[in-house]
Amino acid sequence: MIRFLIHRLIFQALPTLLVLTLLSFLLVRLAPGSPFATEKELPPQTLETLNRTYGLDQPIPVQYFRYLGGLLRGDLGPSLKKPGFTVRELIGSALPVSLELGFFALLYALILGLSLGILAAVRPNGWGDAVAMSMALLGICVPSFVLGPLLALGFGLELGWLPVMGWETPADRILPVISLGSIYAAYIARLARGGMLEELSKDYIRTARAKGLSETRVILGHALRGGIQPVISFLGPAAAGLLTGAFVVEVIFNIPGMGRIIVPAAQNRDQFLVLGCVLLFGALMVLFNTLVDVVLAWLNPRIRLGKGA
Amino acid sequence: MKKKTETYSLRRDAWRRLLRNPTAIGGLVLLGLMIVACVAGPWVSPYTFEEMDLLSANTGPSSTHWFGTDELGRDLLTRTLVGGRISFAVALAATLVSLVIGVTYGGISGFMGGRVDAWMMRIVDVLYALPFTLLVILLITVFERNLILLFVAIGAVEWLTMARIVRGQVMGLRHQEFIEACQVLGYSRARILFRHILPNILGTVIIYVTLTIPSVMLLEAFLSFLGLGVQPPMSSWGSLIKDGVGAMEDFPWQMSFPGAALFVTLLALNFLGDGLRDALDPRREGES
Amino acid sequence: MTQLSVKNLHVRFPLREGSLQAVKDVSFSLKKGGSLGIVGESGSGKSVCVSTLLGLVPVPPATISGSAHFQGVDLYNCSDAALREIRGKRISMIFQDPMTSLNPHMRVVDQIAEPLRIHEGMSRKNARLRAVKAMEMVGIPDAASRAKSWPHEFSGGMRQRVMIAMAMISEPELLIADEPTTALDVTVQRQILELIHELQQNTGMSLIMISHDLAVVASVCEQIAVMQHGVMVEQGKTDEVFQNPRHPYTRGLLKCNPTLHEPGTRLTTLEEVLGEL
Repeated sequence: MIRFLIHRLIFQALPTLLVLTLLSFLLVRLAPGSPFATEKELPPQTLETLNRTYGLDQPIPVQYFRYLGGLLRGDLGPSLKKPGFTVRELIGSALPVSLELGFFALLYALILGLSLGILAAVRPNGWGDAVAMSMALLGICVPSFVLGPLLALGFGLELGWLPVMGWETPADRILPVISLGSIYAAYIARLARGGMLEELSKDYIRTARAKGLSETRVILGHALRGGIQPVISFLGPAAAGLLTGAFVVEVIFNIPGMGRIIVPAAQNRDQFLVLGCVLLFGALMVLFNTLVDVVLAWLNPRIRLGKGA
Repeated sequence: MKKKTETYSLRRDAWRRLLRNPTAIGGLVLLGLMIVACVAGPWVSPYTFEEMDLLSANTGPSSTHWFGTDELGRDLLTRTLVGGRISFAVALAATLVSLVIGVTYGGISGFMGGRVDAWMMRIVDVLYALPFTLLVILLITVFERNLILLFVAIGAVEWLTMARIVRGQVMGLRHQEFIEACQVLGYSRARILFRHILPNILGTVIIYVTLTIPSVMLLEAFLSFLGLGVQPPMSSWGSLIKDGVGAMEDFPWQMSFPGAALFVTLLALNFLGDGLRDALDPRREGES
Repeated sequence: MTQLSVKNLHVRFPLREGSLQAVKDVSFSLKKGGSLGIVGESGSGKSVCVSTLLGLVPVPPATISGSAHFQGVDLYNCSDAALREIRGKRISMIFQDPMTSLNPHMRVVDQIAEPLRIHEGMSRKNARLRAVKAMEMVGIPDAASRAKSWPHEFSGGMRQRVMIAMAMISEPELLIADEPTTALDVTVQRQILELIHELQQNTGMSLIMISHDLAVVASVCEQIAVMQHGVMVEQGKTDEVFQNPRHPYTRGLLKCNPTLHEPGTRLTTLEEVLGEL
């Protein structure tokens, strides 16, 4: 298993990260004009100085390797639009907040989605199935930036039950987590239902029943291990979606996370800041995906033993 | 004595199944109504989408303004319908982009097989792990805000899945006997690919297109909500929702109507997509 | 001493248009320690017939009528809990394809041990020890070291032995074997049949074996029943049925069986035989 992990890290994670840095960097550097050119007319002298200060006058490959070197040292470059701050400083306090939001939203999505999906699969075409799948369908169609304001309006402003701003108390977490996670709960519910239904139709389930196992044990002890596979495969894209979806939720609920950094940065064209965020998220995603791959491989006995038998 | 059996073409059978599915038909009808409303509605409306009437600013739904007005007194119904045009346009264009790229890439990869396929899929695997939405944000940060750029960027996010699906289907068909028969008859590879293989995967492609459109629409709305998508004076549902959220406490209808429009469209698309999936492959119980 | 008695069993499945009568008015009985083989082509209803005994045919959508009594228990009208008590403990069943019938995600020793854990509440450790013994009993070499393996690591014949171990571990009174050798190589088929026969003789349990292959059934079962299109067309002692088949279908089957043919003569098909009538 360790060998598998190492293999994945070296042959997939690392190349992907390199491609990511290269692609992002090229996108940024190959854009027409210097990042400063969009400001009001600057005298060419100043422009030159600025370019030199930020190392923008070097040939591109040199710039790339300098940047890469900087990355390895943990230096993400300076912010172009907030002079005096490095990208790292600006991201530093915001990242943990977004990660926390994303984590709880994922947890919520998994718990709700799996429960609904399994319940639906156990009595297909029954009452529970219809209700669960209708809820899932609605969940898919209400994006977080519609759900968020609605929840905030309803539970926060009108009923006054829950706070709608900030990130201080545990109660602050509730509405943002629900707004962010619900759509993924819906996807997971559908996937879980599909996966479980397929698994429950397999021969070995018949054997399990013939052994006298209770239905609960058949479902949770036998079918679940196979049926959960589509959900686990989905965790990668889900995490990616959650992290980006978090931006919107942070904007709505005024949460001091990455959204409040990256959105204005994108609007203001602060290239290094956006680049830094992209790379950071990208790296997190690549690592997370590697982890998911490892879990998937572990769950499959054929792969777990190591390519053979 | 053998009974004479009728032959059903696969497509006709699928069509019948679709027509028998009430939610799918409902979705189709709803979608149709929405499209008609967005396309024809603004022509029929007594207001234009930029017409300002500061005296009636921020009024709720009434007989003169069915959806109410926004802060500049513009009729929200008209704005919502026009916004719908943009949302649909971007969704269709981006889906087309992802369709063309995906089918071509996947088709070639699956058809060529061997090392070409292995490398092409390797590239897909690496690209798949990239956070595309973020790259789109990066693109938008760096380049001029441009509608074409938006189509291409959003389309570029979705083509990977399409490519994988198409490649899988093409590979499955490649080894079937009727393809070998074509080869024996001396058909060129291009001819085999385009006239024999692709029509047979049409069903799967249609399913994925119907599933891609809502994703793409959501992505555009997401970007517009953040101010990174469609730019004023143009507006899509996403940007309308953004404007509405700001005034949500006092004038909730400004956000609710565009939000509802987006919701209904996505619902219709999903009903249709699910129905198509069931019709074209009833054995599969709901992979999404 | 009658152990199992099935009377007037009807099983019907609804189709999109109309319905299918899979089993029509089937009756048979089995005495303690006896062995019954049920033969027929695919679709004759033989599997459905015995699946109802353990409640493995889901009742909506299917409809079942008739009665089945096992040692005084009314199998079709007892509670779910009572049925679960019987499954895997008093009546065990093994299936056709051991690769798909074993849980690919669970170690072999745990699957074999499971009936003991549920029916007797045995601890994991003890149950595993018993499981290893069961594996030895069915002839799996190196049972102790192979116990923790996964199903895919075994060959087809070995997997079927695992299934048998799993079925036998609670010492059932009746074993139902649904096409146990059909998915196996010919050489292995022989071994498995011998194993089943031996186990039956040693433990005194009853056996119902289903197959489409007459020769398979003939070698193991004292009684034989022939099914065609859901109807049991003939029943009786194996020897008698083979010597004097009364029903034309039975005669046809016997005639068509390659192993019962004179070598060198042309084989007959079922259509030819039935066409002659």
